[in-house]
Amino acid sequence: MSPVGQSGGPSNGVSLLFEKGSPGRSGAYLPAPDPGKGLRDLLPAAHLRPVPPRLPEVDELGVVRHFTELSRLNFSIDGNFYPLGSCTMKYNPRINEEAAALPGFAALHPFQPEEEAQGSLELMHLLERHLAEIGGMDATTLQPAAGAQGELTGLMLIKAHHKDRGEPGRTEVLIPDSAHGTNPASCTLCGYKTVTVKSTSDGGVDLDDLKRKLGAKTAAMMITNPSTLGLFEERIEEIAAIVHGAGAQMYMDGANMNALLGRARPGDFGIDVMHFNLHKTFSTPHGGGGPGSGPVACRKHLEPYLPVPRIVRDGERFRFDSTHPKSIGRVKSFWGNHGMHVRAYAYIRHHGAEGLRQVSAGAVLNANYLLARMRGAYQIPYDRTCMHEFVLSGNRQKKQGLRTLDIAKRLLDFGFHPPTIYFPLIVPECLMIEPTETENRETLDAFADAMLRIAEECKSDPEKVHRAPHTMPVKRLDEVRAAKQPVLRWHPPPPAER
Amino acid sequence: MRPEDARYSETHEWVRANDKKKEASIGITDYAVKQLSDLVHLELTPKVGDSIEPGAPFGEIESVKTVADLVAPIGGQVIAVNEDLVENVDTLKTDAFDDGWMIKVKYSESKDLDELMTAKEYKEFLDSLEEEKEEENEKVDDDDFM
Amino acid sequence: MGYVPHTEHDIRTMLSAIGIPSVDRLFDCIPERIRLKRPLDLPPPLAELELRRHMAHLAAKNRSTAQLRSFLGAGAYDHFVPAIVDALASRGEFLTAYTPYQAEASQGTLQHIFEFQTMMCELTGLDVANASHYDGATALWEAAAMAIDHTGRRKIVVSQLLHPHYRAVLRSMLQHLDVQILEIAHAQGLTPTSMLRDICAGAACVIVQNPNFFGILEDLPAVAEAAHAGGALAVACVNPVALGILRSPGECGFDLACGEAQPLGIPLSFGGPWAGFLAARKEFLRAMPGRIVGETVDTDGRRAFVLTLQTREQHIRREKASSNICTNQALMALRATVTLSALGPGGLARMAELCVQRAHLLAEKVPGRPVYKAPFFHEFAVEFQKPVHEINRRLIEKGFLGGYDLHRDYHDHRNTMLLCCTEKNSPEDIEAFAAALREVAR
Repeated sequence: MSPVGQSGGPSNGVSLLFEKGSPGRSGAYLPAPDPGKGLRDLLPAAHLRPVPPRLPEVDELGVVRHFTELSRLNFSIDGNFYPLGSCTMKYNPRINEEAAALPGFAALHPFQPEEEAQGSLELMHLLERHLAEIGGMDATTLQPAAGAQGELTGLMLIKAHHKDRGEPGRTEVLIPDSAHGTNPASCTLCGYKTVTVKSTSDGGVDLDDLKRKLGAKTAAMMITNPSTLGLFEERIEEIAAIVHGAGAQMYMDGANMNALLGRARPGDFGIDVMHFNLHKTFSTPHGGGGPGSGPVACRKHLEPYLPVPRIVRDGERFRFDSTHPKSIGRVKSFWGNHGMHVRAYAYIRHHGAEGLRQVSAGAVLNANYLLARMRGAYQIPYDRTCMHEFVLSGNRQKKQGLRTLDIAKRLLDFGFHPPTIYFPLIVPECLMIEPTETENRETLDAFADAMLRIAEECKSDPEKVHRAPHTMPVKRLDEVRAAKQPVLRWHPPPPAER
Repeated sequence: MRPEDARYSETHEWVRANDKKKEASIGITDYAVKQLSDLVHLELTPKVGDSIEPGAPFGEIESVKTVADLVAPIGGQVIAVNEDLVENVDTLKTDAFDDGWMIKVKYSESKDLDELMTAKEYKEFLDSLEEEKEEENEKVDDDDFM
Repeated sequence: MGYVPHTEHDIRTMLSAIGIPSVDRLFDCIPERIRLKRPLDLPPPLAELELRRHMAHLAAKNRSTAQLRSFLGAGAYDHFVPAIVDALASRGEFLTAYTPYQAEASQGTLQHIFEFQTMMCELTGLDVANASHYDGATALWEAAAMAIDHTGRRKIVVSQLLHPHYRAVLRSMLQHLDVQILEIAHAQGLTPTSMLRDICAGAACVIVQNPNFFGILEDLPAVAEAAHAGGALAVACVNPVALGILRSPGECGFDLACGEAQPLGIPLSFGGPWAGFLAARKEFLRAMPGRIVGETVDTDGRRAFVLTLQTREQHIRREKASSNICTNQALMALRATVTLSALGPGGLARMAELCVQRAHLLAEKVPGRPVYKAPFFHEFAVEFQKPVHEINRRLIEKGFLGGYDLHRDYHDHRNTMLLCCTEKNSPEDIEAFAAALREVAR
């Protein structure tokens, strides 16, 4: 093994697969080409590649070792407490993986005749109904592939609705300053202008600022409730009434639905359309950054605009229906991330109504317990009962010369994944902590102990915190170099060195 | 220190004008450079010959985790673009006011210049910004400081 | 039911630490009026034993390609998947990790994405690739958006031989942005290049698929030349297995290439989750959407990987971001990376060659009139005397999944079926399928 990388030093411990192996080496996966006409007889040479792509040439055990070694460099829910705020890193039940891998689902071709896909159509229909019930909505589409795509889909419904009512002049969307970055980006992609609404000192929407910015040009307000500060917007009904009074729609980012399961429904507090994150609330695995799934649910008046095809039930049979002239069309190929639908459906069926209420209870209990244990050691910008997550500020440690980033990196040495940091933007030196309901009390205590100890270390041994992590496969990385001289792929060494 | 012969904007650009020739250089201040820290990329959008409006963006500057618009403090016709700076963005760290110029413009209206701050006013402006920040931090801190 | 670990004792201890008498009181911040005062209307909970049975029952209502011998493609391809793909991709360290924002604790994910990016560059013949997209259709939409931003032009030219779902996604996603989409009709199963030069004038890009939706190989160099003559970018939507043997888009002069990684070890799963890929010439680097992993060093000078050029992305640029994409499809990209690692260049070429051989064998045996004569990869159109859905219904009875009904999207293609073969269709299956077709298509 040659651990010398392009950067001149030894690597994170694992060479690139391209640097391993030997020309001609591979596993035996496929039979020999058929006798008779070969590639060059069947296709004109002009279409054929003169040189093969430079892919790794490694034996099967070599491939297995490589990816096993890589996996060991990762923190994961399976291995570590992972309290990333607004990401809902809860346990991903293995029964759901097993269900999605059943050949009846995993080997189903998306263009199979509906008669041969009745199980999947039924599952999608039921999942749509269950999500609508959980959100207090009337109709659902499972097509969007992720939360951000759900946002865009929801905004497209709103845009189509205003256009249909003869009000195309509504071109602005109001967004609180605590919102996730995808909200404004989705607005832009939908051709909307973003108008930021301020938060009050108690973390809610500033109603005066809202009223000032709301008007005949407002198409919608996009709100996250509970907010990214982990606080329920107590004036949500009043906000919805004000927004509706101006003829605009209420969109809710459902990233934080874990706090509300079985407790309150967006449809009951004035929301017209929302998305769910199946990979957060309904425990489909994050996979190192996807796949996700972002179903959108809406009230009756927006249903005509939902993406096609819709799934309809005819008695005991299910089928696709594309005859919706007002539909915004299609936002993804085929029918959405079906494998994620299977997992989320299994999750909901396992829990039932009471189980989902226990999920929100556990999530909120765990967050408040951790919050209570942080008191005194860290600043708490909004010190009241939180929902499924809360924010801390590292301001006090900043005075000792340490940044929130340092605290986050030091947590790694204790075997904990750091919380979300520097978000929401309105809290200086922010740490955003979401423990989720699947963590037991011992784990929460161990994490709290580590946080308290780090707060102490910031005073007693700041250099140790500043230089953390000390136990990871790599130390802190030179991000400036990565961005300034981007190396985004492996390059073969020049021939002389080969 | 900051040149006395330059004028400054609240978005941390500077202008140095030669009022006889009606030519001015534009750049960003040492304060802006420090706030951005780790600079990685500079993009200057105008070409020589383009005209720019006061208040309009003329490019972007990126650090690892932030990106900021460059806002034209005065308007005019672009007569030079500092391509060397695009190649060596770190020059800004050592020399924001001389070799760190970004664009040069030919302007007609001197009154845009008068609306900008002097070096002394800019220093006072920065002091007030720092105070505001301090206050915000204190406010949060008061709540639970033991 | 559920996965909440707390005992009564735990709950009491925690509540007393919080200083609140009951869990319900934690929800006092939700105004009484809007609290849900009834149980959700959901079916009763199922214990894991019951849930397994229920899911198996639903799955059994499907008849998948695991039971039917499939000759259906049309953008979703049933390929061989090495056993190690499932084994490695189901490791919890990959499956249950988040986006690798904390690089020190995510080198595994970061490095496999870097390897994926390298492989996509090698396949497409282009300089840079990102960490992946939701699917091929949305990757194509992002490519079109890049071309629109880059050129400042508000018209795109799209071949009618681009997958119908991809065209539908382009239409719905661009409808709010004042972009005109010009679809060019095919000529003899190919995108006509003769008048393309004129059509491209004033366009942001030309988009063609290769092999196109009818399975036919397009004249890529001619398309790229025509696009560039009109000042437009050339965008190719490509099949990664075919790129094991076909000339790459980069070599043919294309600026951007994208496609669906599903054929590389990703299960059909009724259409998702899959993974889109997107690659570009290096001058478009800073205009690329989505996550990108770069190489750097740590404070000890050791090589390591990190998400880079993040200022392009929504979490920093917010409303000015050129895309709202946040997630990629890391786990699906991992499957593609493991598959390509296992196969190597020789295995990928072998897979592609078998596809070509088997499809051409079927084309020889199949009754009905081959509609086009042009060279094709692993799909081709055949015209029968009967409607395709009737033939397919009879084929299902015989245990075969027939081809795609082209009449659904191309009204000049009555009774025309798009058939597909991969390396999984053995010569014996092909004989049997052709025999069945001879019987039912009469």
